[in-house]
Amino acid sequence: MRLGLEKRDYRSTRMTVLVPIVSLLISFLLGAIVLAISNVNPLQTYGAMLKGAFGSQTKIQYTIAKTIPLLLCGLAVGIAFRLKFWNIGAEGQYVAGVIGITWVMQFWTFLPNMLLLPVGMLIGVLCGAFWGGIPGALKAQWSVDETLTTLMMNYIIIGYAEYLYINAWKAPRGNMGTVRYPEFAWLPRIWGRVHSGIYFALILVVILWFVLYKTRWGFELNMIGKNRRAAQCQGVSIKRNIILAMLVSGGIAGLAGVIDSAAVTHQLTKGVNSGYGFTGIIIAWMSGLNPFVSIMVALIMAALETGSDALQLMKLPAAMGEVMQGLILIPLLAGSIFTEYKLVTHTSHKEATV
Amino acid sequence: MSEKNTDETPVVRMVNITKHFPGVLANDSVDLTLHRGEVLALLGENGAGKSTLMNMLVGLYRPDSGEIFVKGKMAEINSPQDSMALGIGMIHQEFMLVGNMTVAENIILGMKDLPFVPPMADIKAKITELSKRYGLQVYPDKVIQDLSVGEQQRVEILKLLYRGADILILDEPTAVLTPGEARDLNEILKKMLAEGKSAIFITHKMDEVMEFSHTVQVLRRGKSVSSCPTNTIKRVQDLANMMVGRDILFSLDRGPYKPTDVMVEARDITVLPIGGGKPVLDKVSFSIRGGEIFGIAGVAGNGQQQLTEALTGLLRVDSGTILLNGKDMTNKTPLQVIKSGVSHIPADRGRMGVVGDMSVGDNLSMKKYRTQELSSHSVINKSWVRKFADHLIDVFTIKTPSQDTSVKFLSGGNIQKTILAREIDSCGGILIAVYPSRGLDVGATEAVRQNLIKQRDKGNAVLLVSEELEELLMVADKIAVMFEGRIMDIVDADKASTERLGMLMAGVEREDV
Repeated sequence: MRLGLEKRDYRSTRMTVLVPIVSLLISFLLGAIVLAISNVNPLQTYGAMLKGAFGSQTKIQYTIAKTIPLLLCGLAVGIAFRLKFWNIGAEGQYVAGVIGITWVMQFWTFLPNMLLLPVGMLIGVLCGAFWGGIPGALKAQWSVDETLTTLMMNYIIIGYAEYLYINAWKAPRGNMGTVRYPEFAWLPRIWGRVHSGIYFALILVVILWFVLYKTRWGFELNMIGKNRRAAQCQGVSIKRNIILAMLVSGGIAGLAGVIDSAAVTHQLTKGVNSGYGFTGIIIAWMSGLNPFVSIMVALIMAALETGSDALQLMKLPAAMGEVMQGLILIPLLAGSIFTEYKLVTHTSHKEATV
Repeated sequence: MSEKNTDETPVVRMVNITKHFPGVLANDSVDLTLHRGEVLALLGENGAGKSTLMNMLVGLYRPDSGEIFVKGKMAEINSPQDSMALGIGMIHQEFMLVGNMTVAENIILGMKDLPFVPPMADIKAKITELSKRYGLQVYPDKVIQDLSVGEQQRVEILKLLYRGADILILDEPTAVLTPGEARDLNEILKKMLAEGKSAIFITHKMDEVMEFSHTVQVLRRGKSVSSCPTNTIKRVQDLANMMVGRDILFSLDRGPYKPTDVMVEARDITVLPIGGGKPVLDKVSFSIRGGEIFGIAGVAGNGQQQLTEALTGLLRVDSGTILLNGKDMTNKTPLQVIKSGVSHIPADRGRMGVVGDMSVGDNLSMKKYRTQELSSHSVINKSWVRKFADHLIDVFTIKTPSQDTSVKFLSGGNIQKTILAREIDSCGGILIAVYPSRGLDVGATEAVRQNLIKQRDKGNAVLLVSEELEELLMVADKIAVMFEGRIMDIVDADKASTERLGMLMAGVEREDV
């Protein structure tokens, strides 16, 4: 008997539901082995992680607050991925957004108080869009490989941000970080640590779903992503759409940065390259580029992050949290193959399909 | 061809083979027998189950039931490696070659028992030896993308011979070849048969069956309807009837030739290749009137595709002028060209014509989604699309389980009908069709040709690029012959002879030369 994979004729809906559940179980099993080797009780540890993420109101608030930028980054990356444009620069576009809003908060003091936040947010989003638009334009005009440009541009902007908060824009006191934004220009909180950025994220989910699945532009993006040459033959401009999609993608990543700094950090400082942009890639991928599914995935990713803080209480090194995250992701990603393929056993004479 | 040799156990025997796909019974209790030194023609329409049957022989699919015997022994074929080990090799319609690697590298690619550093000198010597033995002219150091389609096919054959295959399966091998190359292929096959090799030949061209094969087996809707020695076939028409199960019209309805105003005009179009060299298109000039089918003949790769791409805005021209419906459309975007009334049935159905992963309905609406007919204020109206798609599926008799089925699951003929439906429905006066009947069965070919003629009779200008002179002589009003990027001559179809066109295709300028 031999095992083989056969491509499914249709994407299996049953598997789309089953795969994440089974994968998650396998992940926990794998994790349990690692934990057992580290001399802790796996069940207790998982319990602690779950408590760490959802154990109390404050913890739930923490988790939700983390979900917001993650969700936005996932949406941002997802748009580019629809075109098979591999934007791995959401991290940089996020930082560009933070720089943009911080610039306004620091130097546009001539604005009436009321306008400071909206203008700051707008400029931040534009900065993100600009930072995403550059690799888009390079790709459209000269077919420069986007994986390299988007990745490298992360390091440029992160370095620049560092220069700003350590040097040029450093607050008079302390050794790093800009002056905090004026309090009237903060994004208000709505429930403990959960801030009004959540409205932006959720509304954006609905808007994106509508745009991607219902409009001409969404149809064009779908065509380009699935067969670029055919789309071109049908009169769809590849160049224009790549640039447009990257402006939107960068803008949304910028919005993630803008919201997180206006609502949580209130300044540009160390830790601005939070990794949200990179996690966004995983979220986009695991959600199948579906905005609504992204909400769930972003929540899981946020819970993994907040939950793994609890590991330190178990006298485990902080790095164990990342180990756990990785272990949980791999079966999920590997399992997605079963939505596209089915397992076939080759026995002699007769065979059965599973 | 020489008499086949039947005095031994068959090299391949497939017994009672059945294979289901979701919603389709692709093969229904099919038997097939192939003897040593025999060429068996497997004839059938698109979707008749020919490729499915052969894919089971090479281990790409597994039969639901039935047995396969190779050289007298029951065989368990689970992968192409298994079939290769039994000496069975297949040449697919789309070649499995890596474009930027050399011939020799492609031939050894994927071979398991090579040393870590392959002894390239020995390998090349063996390739040269094989190619001499069978008359397959190929240089092992040439890069695949520099080869013509015919040469690439030879590399595919060499690849199988190199691995010791003695049963060759060829999936519509002549579909991409010029008449001359097809003759060469016939010679190569003969040499291989003389050495005791056997071949199965998938085709839907009657003349090839008669010319190449010893035995012909006809499949229709998954069932084997006939298997008999080729020399017992009296009339080609009988074969055709067996294949489609009804009498087919070989003549097409067409109205009288009533040309109107010039709708397409090309003046001195020149396209230079990237990196310099001989022009791809060299001062090409012609005009097409309404109510006229303008045929372009020529061996593939003589600039026809570039010409149609230039006309449709997909390729920039370096000099010259293109007038469409009276407007200068030189180097305009594809969208502008479409809006000026041009429809395009591209050469490469799968890569340019449709988006395989999208539904039939979506593919049908890929031109009109941007019009008021299917959307308002940038939002596509799904219920309009459904009605529109159902209508086209009905009018153009596209065979699909539903309009939500991904196009990639349709047969070649139905994919082409989908493209035809979309392009004809949205046609604004000019229709450019590039190899529209390539690889299609008789029924679908007839539908394509009849549709082109219908457009002409409606007063539209039709540009038809084809490799088949027969098709051009049957359908076109005027025929231009292209050779090395130039138009050799433009002749009236009713005054043209196959011989004269053949000479022009080969680059012979004047009859008196």
